[in-house]
Amino acid sequence: MSVERFPVEEGHVLTFARAIGDDNPVYRDPQYAAASEVGGLIAPPTFTIASAQWDPDYPLRPKPGVKWWGSGAQATPEPKAGGVAPDGGSSAPKGGGALHAEQHFTYHRAVRVGDVLSSTSRPGATWEKAGRSGKLVFNEHITEFRDASGELVVTARSVSVLRQPLEDNE
Amino acid sequence: MTLKAADVKPGDQHSQVLAKNLTRTQIVQYAGASGDYNPLHTDEPFARDVAGYPGVFAHGMLTMGMTGRLLTDWVGDGRLLEYGVRFTAQVWPGDTLTATATIREVTSRYGDPVALIDIVTVNQAGTAVVTGTAAARLDA
Repeated sequence: MSVERFPVEEGHVLTFARAIGDDNPVYRDPQYAAASEVGGLIAPPTFTIASAQWDPDYPLRPKPGVKWWGSGAQATPEPKAGGVAPDGGSSAPKGGGALHAEQHFTYHRAVRVGDVLSSTSRPGATWEKAGRSGKLVFNEHITEFRDASGELVVTARSVSVLRQPLEDNE
Repeated sequence: MTLKAADVKPGDQHSQVLAKNLTRTQIVQYAGASGDYNPLHTDEPFARDVAGYPGVFAHGMLTMGMTGRLLTDWVGDGRLLEYGVRFTAQVWPGDTLTATATIREVTSRYGDPVALIDIVTVNQAGTAVVTGTAAARLDA
């Protein structure tokens, strides 16, 4: 996932910190933050994941006029084996799709309210493991977040896992 | 608050309850803030009837985010150099999560003392849901 423009906004940091149950004033109180060691409002360590809000093509968000794969009056029936990925217009992926297996962040500096970040993402390694009920396929992605002057702020490495049930391995 | 190198040694621990009886509402709240509306986390009929899970479960990143609070409350704001986890078991509504951070080593990088920290977050059954490591800059 690459995002051209990810403005780090005060209200977004506030709601993100609330969602993870973190009432640290350094995420919400400008006066407290200004007087603290970091010198201003910063974002929690996992905040860059919320750059998804600024990805126009992010597949895990309903979009106007595009069929969503969650339930309305009824849950969408499961597609045939080899189901389609959640690309925004498809039916649900078999088994609900890939899950998050690992997440790693390297911090080059703190993310600050007022930063305008951008990200570029590239695929990393791919590997497989035999699971109890089928094959587990792991995919790695490395995403670099840079500030407006091009300096690296956060490097994120994400690993997803997709379970391929035995009946699909014919 | 920040940690001084002289005040920590390998084996030192810090523990915190992250969530008691985790609610579906908090999972929805995290979906809204993070932007990840995956129906596995937000849509009970989908999670149960289509995906075949017992119901909705929490985003791994919600648990990682909550666990991050344990780290920043301990080492101070803006002190993390690295933070990484594996998601080892699912987190369900009703779970109570407790995170523990343990100093593995105090080393130095570019002249600054740095703590290498092991992290585990467990549910009420004692099962690890997140395991990981962090590195944090300390005061000399």
